[in-house]
Amino acid sequence: MAIKSAMNKMLAVITAILMSTSLFGEELNHGEGEVEHKFNVNEMIMHHIQDAHEWHLWGGHDGTSIYLPIIIMDGGMKVFSSSHFYHGTPMIAEDESTGKKHEYIAGVGPAAGYAMFHETIYKMEHGALHFEKDHPHADAPLDFSITKNVASLFITFLILILVMFSVAKYYKKNGAVAPKGIAKFIEPLIVFVRDDIAKANIDEHKYKKYVPFLLTIFFFILVSNLTGLIPLVQANVTGNITVTLFLAVCTLLVTVFSGNKNYWQHIFATPGVPKPLLIIMVPIELVGVLTKPFALMIRLFANITAGHIIILALISIIFLNQSAAWGALSVPMALFISVLEILVAFLQAYLFAMLSALFIGAAVEEAHH
Amino acid sequence: MELVTPDLGLLFWTGLVFMCLLFLLVKFAWKPILGAVNTREENISNALALAEKTKEEMKALQAQNENLLKEASAERDSMIKDAKEIASKMVEDAKVNAKVEADKMISAATAVIQSEKAGAVAELKTQMAAFSIEIAEKIVRNELSTDEKQKALADKLVEDINMN
Repeated sequence: MAIKSAMNKMLAVITAILMSTSLFGEELNHGEGEVEHKFNVNEMIMHHIQDAHEWHLWGGHDGTSIYLPIIIMDGGMKVFSSSHFYHGTPMIAEDESTGKKHEYIAGVGPAAGYAMFHETIYKMEHGALHFEKDHPHADAPLDFSITKNVASLFITFLILILVMFSVAKYYKKNGAVAPKGIAKFIEPLIVFVRDDIAKANIDEHKYKKYVPFLLTIFFFILVSNLTGLIPLVQANVTGNITVTLFLAVCTLLVTVFSGNKNYWQHIFATPGVPKPLLIIMVPIELVGVLTKPFALMIRLFANITAGHIIILALISIIFLNQSAAWGALSVPMALFISVLEILVAFLQAYLFAMLSALFIGAAVEEAHH
Repeated sequence: MELVTPDLGLLFWTGLVFMCLLFLLVKFAWKPILGAVNTREENISNALALAEKTKEEMKALQAQNENLLKEASAERDSMIKDAKEIASKMVEDAKVNAKVEADKMISAATAVIQSEKAGAVAELKTQMAAFSIEIAEKIVRNELSTDEKQKALADKLVEDINMN
């Protein structure tokens, strides 16, 4: 069901992107090398679902933003506010290989010597950024900035610590009694993860060890998904491939290091398979070990990103038609999708934790033969 | 392509945040929460088992009580029976004793009455004899008070003897 809904969403995304690029996504080049912008849905959506060095709250270019700190490693750590880029010098460079013009920002103040192009920081050469085949031809220093996603991670961290610690405090104070207040809300979720995710998929004598990991994964994804839906916060943390990559790698490592003899035997010497066939089977099985977490990574990333894209695309209807009246259509639709996204937030957190438990369960399973 | 390209900086921060979260939550949240939940579940299942056990015990106790009650009532019945028997026997005995005593008293009284009566009769006889003699003496004295009377008497007596 989840895979089907994910496919539906991807289809919608592709349609939205295709439509926006073909109809409205062109940069209109005028005579004297000026680049003028029409409302570009593709660019707007891509800008919103990707990471940024500022926390844009409202308004256009001169609107309200929180400028997040930039930390780059370039011969030592350099820390400065991202306002030195967002209020930097707009520059235009012509790509000699394609003839296209690209806009980028040269940093000022402590950011002098660096340029930002599509939220990536480059080192400028001779005071300019050179492009080749539509990509900057320059060194990019290691960027450990507190980006919007990192700040959102911190928020998730704080929320989880505050909520879970207060729940833990409740039990410490009152002992093993019936839960009240926030504990009453959280406890069923914890018991659900323990019983229906861990216990249901992992051997009864071994599941206890994995409950804390699954709980952390579940609540981390759930809270990140939900904060991503809040207007103004709206960072796309779990819709970022880096974050889902990390989570999937965690599951992979836990699975691999939990794997018992039986698990590895099924990979390297599958019982009942003739020896010559193993030459083909072993690589397939090894790829299988990786595809499972890979699917986890893509599923979460695609579902959450797709949700954000649909909402943004629906809101874009108003701006494309340049008429608030279209809000009568686009707002109810966006609202509907937003409500659906709350369901998806829970569903994807459940799926990630459940599938992780399933993989771990398969790795620690004892032989039945 | 940018959308699906992992970013090293973000990877670093994600790892850091997630690992801190994992460490802190496992140590300070999941352990106490799961501990409390497990303890409570154990308590509940123990309490349920205890209730079941108590129910069984109550049943046994009830049966025992019923038996005791039965025994007690049987004992009571026999006690009442015995008491009744004893009581009736006592009444019977008392009746017999009383009769014997009464009879004894009656016979004693009768004897006393008889002897009293005999005494009285004897005295009466003595008195009567004394009175008779006195009267006879007085009569005789009167009869013999004068000579004519002594002679009349002697004549009469002679006449009586003659007649015979």
